[in-house]
Amino acid sequence: MIKKNWMYWMFFLALFLAPFYLTEFRLSLLGKFLCFAMIAIGISLIWGYTGILSLGHGVYFGLGAYCMAMYLKLEASGGRLPDFMEWSGVNNLPWFWKLFEHPIISISSAIIVPVLLAMFLSYFTFRNRIKGVYFSLLSQAIVVVFVTLFIGKQEWTGGTNGLTNFSTVFGFSLSSPLTQIVLYLLTVVLLLSMFLFSRWLTRSRFGRVLVAIRDSENRVRFLGFNPTTYKVFVYSLSAAFAGIAGAMFVLQVGLISPAMMGIIPSIEMVLWVAVGGRSSLIGAIIGAIVTNGAKSFFSENYPDIWLLFLGGLFIAVVLFLPNGLAGVYQSVKQRKKQGEVRANEASSHVLQRVSRF
Amino acid sequence: MKLKGNGLKWLGLFLCGSLLALSGCAASSAVDEAKEKKKESSTSETSDTVKVGILHSLSGTMAISEVSLRDAELMAIEEINESGGLLGKKIEPVIEDGASDWPTFAEKAKKLLQKDKVVTIFGGWTSASRKAMLPVVEQNNGLLWYPVQYEGMESSPNIFYTGATTNQQIVPAVSWLLQNKGKKFFLLGSDYVFPRTANKIIRAQLKAEGGQLVGEEYTPLGHTDYSTIISKIKDVKPDVVFNTLNGDSNVAFFKQLKDAGITPKDLTVMSVSIAEEEIRGIGGDVLAGHLAVWNYFQSTDTPENKVFVEKYKKKYGKDRVTSDPIEAAYFAVHLWAEAVKKAGSFDVDKVKKAADGIEYKAPGGTVKIDGETQHTWKIVRIGEIQPDGQFKELWNSGEAVKPDPYLKSYPWAKDLMN
Repeated sequence: MIKKNWMYWMFFLALFLAPFYLTEFRLSLLGKFLCFAMIAIGISLIWGYTGILSLGHGVYFGLGAYCMAMYLKLEASGGRLPDFMEWSGVNNLPWFWKLFEHPIISISSAIIVPVLLAMFLSYFTFRNRIKGVYFSLLSQAIVVVFVTLFIGKQEWTGGTNGLTNFSTVFGFSLSSPLTQIVLYLLTVVLLLSMFLFSRWLTRSRFGRVLVAIRDSENRVRFLGFNPTTYKVFVYSLSAAFAGIAGAMFVLQVGLISPAMMGIIPSIEMVLWVAVGGRSSLIGAIIGAIVTNGAKSFFSENYPDIWLLFLGGLFIAVVLFLPNGLAGVYQSVKQRKKQGEVRANEASSHVLQRVSRF
Repeated sequence: MKLKGNGLKWLGLFLCGSLLALSGCAASSAVDEAKEKKKESSTSETSDTVKVGILHSLSGTMAISEVSLRDAELMAIEEINESGGLLGKKIEPVIEDGASDWPTFAEKAKKLLQKDKVVTIFGGWTSASRKAMLPVVEQNNGLLWYPVQYEGMESSPNIFYTGATTNQQIVPAVSWLLQNKGKKFFLLGSDYVFPRTANKIIRAQLKAEGGQLVGEEYTPLGHTDYSTIISKIKDVKPDVVFNTLNGDSNVAFFKQLKDAGITPKDLTVMSVSIAEEEIRGIGGDVLAGHLAVWNYFQSTDTPENKVFVEKYKKKYGKDRVTSDPIEAAYFAVHLWAEAVKKAGSFDVDKVKKAADGIEYKAPGGTVKIDGETQHTWKIVRIGEIQPDGQFKELWNSGEAVKPDPYLKSYPWAKDLMN
C-alpha cells in the first residue's frame, strides 16, 4: 500500500515541508491555494463521482468564510461596534453577531451553516428528482440570492467591501509569520484528512453506490437503494469541505467579500477540478493548485496579457487532456497495463500452442 | 517491465512538475528570493533605481476605468525620471494586475511590499479594493496612494487619499443644488457601499438644510432596466435626482430617461461617478445638460492643465480624455516625489512625516496634503455636460476645501457616527 502510493505521501510531505523552502509570501499563496484544493476535493466527490454539477459552491465557501470573519471582526473591534456598522447606522450589535463572539460557535457554524443550507437545498431538489442541468441552474440561482442579500444588508455584512482588517485570532497576531506558518500547517493537515476520508469513502461500498448513481440513477433505485440519501449526504459533505476552506481562507488571506462567493468564482471552482481531472481526488487537488499557481505566475510576469495565457491553458487542457491532468497519469498506467496484458496474452498463446502439441 | 520503469519515471517527472507549479511557480523564483533575502535590509533602493508599485485592475470589469490611471501614473513617473529622478535615483515602476478581484489586490499588494520591496504603491479604484489592501499596507508598514473619490469615514496611517472625500464632493453639491435647483431630492444609486453611505449623508444634510427627500432607490450593479424607477420619478416630481449609479447602469438610466421624454430642463440629474471617460461611453448627446460634481474637469482652465492634457493625448492617443481620477492619480505620484525630496529618504515613516503640508501645482489647481487625515485639500467644481463630452464649469469653491473624512466640522453629521 505504502509503496504503491508513494507519490501521494511525497506530495503531502512536500506540502508539510513548504515552510522550509518557500518565502513568507509564497507560503501564504500556497496556503490560499490549499484552501481552494479543499473545495476541489468536495466538487470532485459530487461531480466526478456522483455526477452532480454544482455551480454554486461559492456560497458554501462564502458562508464558512463569513462565519469565521465575523468572529475575527469582533475580536479586531475589541468590544466596540465593527467599523462598517458604525457608518451604516447600526447602534447595537445584532443578536446573531453576538453569537460569534465565541470562537467555538463561530468555528462550528463555519461548517454547520453551509451544511444546513446544502441539506435543505439538496433534500428538496433530489427528492423531487431534479438533476442535471436543472440542478446546476438552481445552484447558480442560490449564488445570486446570497450575493444580493449580502450586498444589500450592508449594515450586517459590510456590503460589497465585505469583512476585512482583522488583527488577531485567539489573541495571536494574524500578521506574525509564526501564526501564518501554524495556520498553513493546519490547512495541510485538514486537506490531508479530507483527502484520506474522501479516498476511504470512494473506495468503500458507499463510493460504489455514488458511481452507480452517476452512471445510472434509475438502476440504483430499482436495486432498492434510495439515491436521495446518498446524494444529500455527499452534497452536504462537499459543502462542509467548502465551509472549512472558507474559514481557513479568511484566516490566511484576511478578507471576505460577496465577490468571492459570486457566480464567476463558483464556476472557477469547477474549472480547477476539470483541469485536474474530475474523477480523481488527487487530480482535483493538483488542479486547484496548478490553476491558481499559473494564475499568480502569469499575472505577475505578464500583467498585461496574462489572461491569454490562462485561457490558452484551459483550452489546451480541454482539447488535449479531456480527463484533466489525472487523466494523463491514468492513460500512462493503462498503457502499461495493456502492455502487460498483451505480453501475457502472447505468452498464453504460445503456451496453448505448445500444449496442443 | 521496461514500460513499468518508464511509467514510474514519467510519473515522478509529472509529480515534480506539479510540485513546482504548486508552490505558485515559486521553485524557480525561490532561488532569486533567497538571494534577495540576503540583501534584504537594503530594500529595493540598491543600485541607482528605486522601485514603486502600480496596482490597478488591468483586466476584468474595472479595467476600463483603471487602465487610464496606470497610464497617468506612468506618465508622472516618466516626467520625474526625465528631470533627473528622485534623490539621484531613477524610479522603476513594478506593474501588477488587480484583476477587478479584491483578494487579488491583497495578494499583489503583499507581493509588491514583501517580494519587490517597493517604497510605495499607487493603486486601487473601488472602495472594496482599498479595503482589501488596507490591512496589507498597515501590517507591512507600506504606503498606498489611492486616487479616487470615495465615501470617507476612513483614515489609515498608511494610505494617502488624493481623491475627494464626501465634504469635497457630495456635501457642497447638495448645498449648491438646494440653493439653485430646488428642495425636492430623489436619491438613486447602485447597491454598494459608496451610494448607501453617500445617501445617508445626503439625508442628514437635507434634514439640516431644509431639503425634502421624495424617494430613494437602489439597483444592483449592472442593472439596466430603469422604467419602474423612471415612472416613480415622474410620480413624485423631484427637483433633483442625485445619482450615485456606477458603471453600465448609467448608460441605461440616461437613455431611458431621455426616451421617457424627461429633459435636463424638467429635471436636474446630478451625478458623482460620471466623468469625461464615462461620457465617452454613454454619449455626450444623451447626457448633455445634466450635471456632475468633481474636483477637476478636462476643460479646467489652468496653465498646468493645458500642458497635462496635451501631453497625455500625445502619449496615449488623440481620442483619449483626462478626468478627475486620472488627474488625482497623476498628481499623487508628484506629491509623493515632493514628500520624498523633503524627507531626503524613501523611508515610509520619514515620507509620511514630511508629507504634511506638501503642495503641488496640479492640473486642477494647487493641492495640499493634510497631515492629520492624509487626505488632500482640493477645489470643488460643478459642471454641466456638453454635447461634445466635455464639462462647462458652473460653479467652483474658489479655494481648496479642507478634507474632513469623518465630517467632524458639520453639526448635522454628528448623528451619522452614533
